[in-house]
Amino acid sequence: MIVAAEAGATHAQLAGWIVGLPLLSAIVLLLVGRRAGRRSGIVASSAIGASFLLGAISFFDLLGAEQGARSATLKLFDWISVGSFDASATLLVDELSIVMVLIVTGVGTLIHIYSIGYMADEARYSRFFGYLNLFAASMLLLVLADNLLLLYVGWEAVGLCSYLLIGFWFERPAAANAAKKAFIVNRIGDFSFLLGILLLAGTAGSLTLGTVNEQAGAMTAGIATIASLLLFGGATGKSAQIPLYVWLPDAMEGPTPVSALIHAATMVTAGVYMVARLSPVFEASGGTALAVVGWIGALTALWAALMAATEFDIKRVLAYSTISQLGYMFLAHGVQAYSAGIFHLVTHAFFKALMFLGAGAIMHAFHGEVDMRRMGGLRKAMPIVGWTFAAGCLAISGIPPFAGFFSKDAILASAWADGQYGLWAIGTVTAVLTAFYMFRLYFRVFEGGLVEPEGTHAHDAPMTMAAALVPLGVLSVIGGIINLPGALTLEHFLEPVVGEGHVPEGLGAWLLPGAAVVVAILGIAAAYFLYLRGDGAERRSNLLARPGVRPLVAVAGNKFYVDDIYGRGIVLPGKAFADFSSRVVDARVVDGVVNGVGKVIASGAESMRKLQTGYVRNYAVMFLLGAVVIFSLLMARALT
Amino acid sequence: MRVAPEYYLSLAGLMFVIGVVGALIRRNAIVIFMFVELMLNAVNLAFVTFARMWGHVDGQVLVFFVLVVAAAEVVVGLAIILLISRNRGSSDVDDVNLLRW
Repeated sequence: MIVAAEAGATHAQLAGWIVGLPLLSAIVLLLVGRRAGRRSGIVASSAIGASFLLGAISFFDLLGAEQGARSATLKLFDWISVGSFDASATLLVDELSIVMVLIVTGVGTLIHIYSIGYMADEARYSRFFGYLNLFAASMLLLVLADNLLLLYVGWEAVGLCSYLLIGFWFERPAAANAAKKAFIVNRIGDFSFLLGILLLAGTAGSLTLGTVNEQAGAMTAGIATIASLLLFGGATGKSAQIPLYVWLPDAMEGPTPVSALIHAATMVTAGVYMVARLSPVFEASGGTALAVVGWIGALTALWAALMAATEFDIKRVLAYSTISQLGYMFLAHGVQAYSAGIFHLVTHAFFKALMFLGAGAIMHAFHGEVDMRRMGGLRKAMPIVGWTFAAGCLAISGIPPFAGFFSKDAILASAWADGQYGLWAIGTVTAVLTAFYMFRLYFRVFEGGLVEPEGTHAHDAPMTMAAALVPLGVLSVIGGIINLPGALTLEHFLEPVVGEGHVPEGLGAWLLPGAAVVVAILGIAAAYFLYLRGDGAERRSNLLARPGVRPLVAVAGNKFYVDDIYGRGIVLPGKAFADFSSRVVDARVVDGVVNGVGKVIASGAESMRKLQTGYVRNYAVMFLLGAVVIFSLLMARALT
Repeated sequence: MRVAPEYYLSLAGLMFVIGVVGALIRRNAIVIFMFVELMLNAVNLAFVTFARMWGHVDGQVLVFFVLVVAAAEVVVGLAIILLISRNRGSSDVDDVNLLRW
């Protein structure tokens, strides 16, 4: 690897190793991991941990640089250079990418350590860690790439790792199908993303992020709108937004650390990162693209929250919650509050990874049981899991001073300040639902009398798992300080990359957070009355008896039949078409042509084979005749 | 005494025709082989004659090529014939028609 930083840019020097270490470890583990046996978990964790340290060093180097001179690149090698088009393997370290690097490696390291305990009984132990490291390397490449083509390489690579890890227990048909579903749905988004990249390459003449963003202003609004919508199409796939979110709930078939790392903290935020990164392109469309982003985000947030409120599978509740929170991030982008979106991405990575790992600890104790109706009162039996999970729930519900309060409030306040009251209203309703479904889960699983699934016994998380839960729990509590007004603020830090968002002034600055707290408490109270109080069951049936409630619950519980609609509307016709292609087009037309050509040649050959008599004399005569003909022709030419 | 080239050429032509006819009508592989050698030597004779006629050395050089190639051909050919006759107890070319349709 050629490591040569541009002059004066010290903080990019380590970028190659940040990506390289997990990649190296992945290659080693996947090739000779079996020999490493149980040590592979330690190898993998050290690799990603070292990446985190390098990321931290780069971060402090970057902080030391002058504001405005914090963006640095590291060119690894020339990649594609054709005519005036140039895409080199260059890594970009700036305020935005370093935040992403710290999240990916920081949360990643904790989840690697957690996996050492969680996957301890797994036969394909080293393969799991190889995949995890490969994922980390791909994700780091995605966030560090300086041009869209390299970003796309990372984008596809994380998709591949996601597929491999969702289908890690491929003996189970559900897991294998979920992996396929995730991969195929993502392909749809990726194709749209690729078209967007090609359109940008055509209009901007370059794929370097800086150049594309500079050229964005010169694009016509129409081109910019099409490009942004295509790019956002990619984001809806990777970040599980309407209409391509359907893969994420099924992806819960994968091992729980995978859900925490890939399907909560990092990969699904790739779309959020990408939109923030290319915000000038989205802004160049004159409002249309951003409106689409904002509304899709808001609707997804509400839609997924409704499904989360009726789901009984712990991991699926968390998956819908992830979709919903990603919706918030896109809502933030839609009102040009990119830094608020990234801020929520960061805090969400903390508390959602924490809750997934908590759910994993429960599954670990209960041999894979995920139905919240079969458990209860676990906080006393597993205090570490219970208390950290409670911190996560408070954080996501937006109770001050937990991390989620600051980030969610920043988003809703920005929507209000931008004059998008519709988006603000949806976001606020979703906040009630969020608090409700999270505490529904929490009260059912952790409070009340102890209920354990038959044949299992609750035990607290083992050392390695607790080692991940506790730091994430602490971060969920205090993570908000990275954007405390007046102190070291993430918003201010990200400003050079994503610009300034709108911030409410005057009375709104106090009323809006107050309203956010009130709605959160409202949601928690609803969950308390329906699920924790002794008469909760009675209240629930009373509520269901009201007109209109039961159908809504039933529809939401059936995932709004979206899977069925896609199944009937897209998958079935697709299968019918594939069937038609295989039985008619392939078997008749293609095979017919191939076999027909063969038959014609065979029958022709049949009639010619009689020429081969086997008598040397016949060959000799033919030989002689040929010689005579050639000789005669030569003579005729010589004589004329 | 100087003999006119026409005589040599006629002799060469005659030898070649005898060779062709013999190779075509005989069935014994050894005999066919001898007729082939006869054709080769007819060509050699023609080469030498022309070389002498035009005062060029090229024809004589080619003769050496023909001799060398003929020697190589004899080695391979005789080996094949020998093996066939060992295996099948005959050197009749009409018996060897395994590669026909």
